[in-house]
Amino acid sequence: MGFGPHLLLAVLEGLVTSAVLALTALGLSLVFGVMRVVNVAHGELFMLGAVLAWAVATAVGGSPALGFVAALVVAPLIVGAVAALAERLVLRRVDYDPEATIVATIGLLYILQQLALTFYGADARPVPPPFNIRLALPWFGYSAYKLSIVATSAVLLLLSWLVLTHTRAGLIMRATQYDRETAQAFGIPVGRVYAAVFAIGAMLAAIAAVLIVPISQAHYLMGQDPLLLSFAVVIIGGLGSLRGTVVAALLIGVSDGVISMFFSPTLAKLIATLAVAMVLVFRPQGLFGKAAR
Amino acid sequence: MNGTARLWLLHAAVVALLAALNFLLPAYHHGLMARILVLATFAMGYNLTFGYGGLLSLGHAMFFAAGLYGAGLGIHHLGLGVPAAFLAALACGAALAFLAGVLALRTTGVAFMIVTLMFSQAFHLAILYFSAFTGGDQGLVLRPQQRRIETMLGTLDLTDPTTRYLTALALFSVVLFAMLAIVRSGFGRVLVAIRENEERTRMLGYDTFASRLAALVASGTICAAAGAAYGLLFGYVGANFASVQYSILPLLWVLLGGAATTLGPLFGTVFMYYVVDIASGYTSAYMLAVGVILILLVLFFRKGLLGTLRERWLGWLP
Repeated sequence: MGFGPHLLLAVLEGLVTSAVLALTALGLSLVFGVMRVVNVAHGELFMLGAVLAWAVATAVGGSPALGFVAALVVAPLIVGAVAALAERLVLRRVDYDPEATIVATIGLLYILQQLALTFYGADARPVPPPFNIRLALPWFGYSAYKLSIVATSAVLLLLSWLVLTHTRAGLIMRATQYDRETAQAFGIPVGRVYAAVFAIGAMLAAIAAVLIVPISQAHYLMGQDPLLLSFAVVIIGGLGSLRGTVVAALLIGVSDGVISMFFSPTLAKLIATLAVAMVLVFRPQGLFGKAAR
Repeated sequence: MNGTARLWLLHAAVVALLAALNFLLPAYHHGLMARILVLATFAMGYNLTFGYGGLLSLGHAMFFAAGLYGAGLGIHHLGLGVPAAFLAALACGAALAFLAGVLALRTTGVAFMIVTLMFSQAFHLAILYFSAFTGGDQGLVLRPQQRRIETMLGTLDLTDPTTRYLTALALFSVVLFAMLAIVRSGFGRVLVAIRENEERTRMLGYDTFASRLAALVASGTICAAAGAAYGLLFGYVGANFASVQYSILPLLWVLLGGAATTLGPLFGTVFMYYVVDIASGYTSAYMLAVGVILILLVLFFRKGLLGTLRERWLGWLP
């Protein structure tokens, strides 16, 4: 296989990474944008989604498609409920203080990781993909399921954009993001909006995890890379900017794919982390965001 | 008895008690306590920026690891002796802290946390990436003959339990008294002033950036000293010590013991280490304990053990 096909393969793999990353990062970005808190446990909620996907698919049994669809519905709902519970029990009680929230979500991270290890175990387990079709390209065969991830993610991102810009719920979220106190004064139940946003952010991560699990298996430590890369995407794209999130996810996902293929995955992550730090230091509003008000 | 004398006496008494423990503790707890003293030194270094400086860093593992690898690689590749390796480690820690500080201190609050986290992560990944040089995931083991100090009076063998304990205690005591001196000095007061109100401190004519940078460099150097001591005393240099977990642990110890108290890091480390040790005797789920304690501390016990003690009864504690 020559350089061209290799590059094509790397870009395709990068696109799949980008698709999953964009959904995960959108969840993180939404939570930070509206609530002004950083959820360090976001990666573990992603992991929880993957582990639950395995549990649901195994419990349902039957055809892989049925199990997968069940997982795609049930796992995000459970993860959303867990997140809402954590929001009520912990984040609300520290009054969304940014630093206290970080410490508390680090605690949540350890709890979720340990519970997954205890009840799910240290093994990596796959979920069968809903369909098994290989597209025959001239140089290599490529899984149609992987391409369907990209399509699903694109549809979900478009849907999120529509909800945020064209519905009443989106308007309420944006109002809360823009000015919490004025929103409250206009009768918006800010507390409930926060709980909902936190749950939705977690559900986006869980959906991304269910989509990726047929390719990469569920494991209790799988939450670390998505967290790191989501941070990278959210910061490089600019907080609260959906367009920036998508562009940054593409940038990071594809370059991750290319660097991983031609050099090493460790080097790809090393570059991403340093890029994040430098963007935060020299251009805190992100590459695509507007300067803070 | 005036305040200053009382303070020095209290801290000297703590050190004397720890020295006495050297002769009293059974072998298992003796070894554990030597480890705790080194890690408490790490926690004190962290406390300087987090407690007194008000900078929540999630990247102090890189300073600990800089010391660990500075000493370990110096011995392994350059054949340095123990004292030279220790000094090399201090230099690595200080240089890294200066570099990280110049960049990271341009940000504050949440951005500062993420920048330090990312630097530390990059450091960890770099250790893994250059595995030919650092040993990667496996790490490096320092042989016993590489951990001896030849002095005019004889050989100091760092593998001997008593020497190990006393060396750890010596490092701990030096750092403890240095901390006590720092926080009671003008510099320490300025740090606290910046933590409480940066704008006002700047208006009063202090260079807040320089003070924070100095605090971070001092903190990084102390953490590197702890890292170097850990490698030299226990003979293992591993990438695990550069992971995020080792940035979280000092935060946990300091929060538990009481941020911005001189003795808090010691009590926090002892307490937490024994909780994990006892918990792992019953169940392998010790991370659960770490997570639950972190959340409970944030919810109900923000000032920690000594912070609460100081607030309620002992207002004179530093």
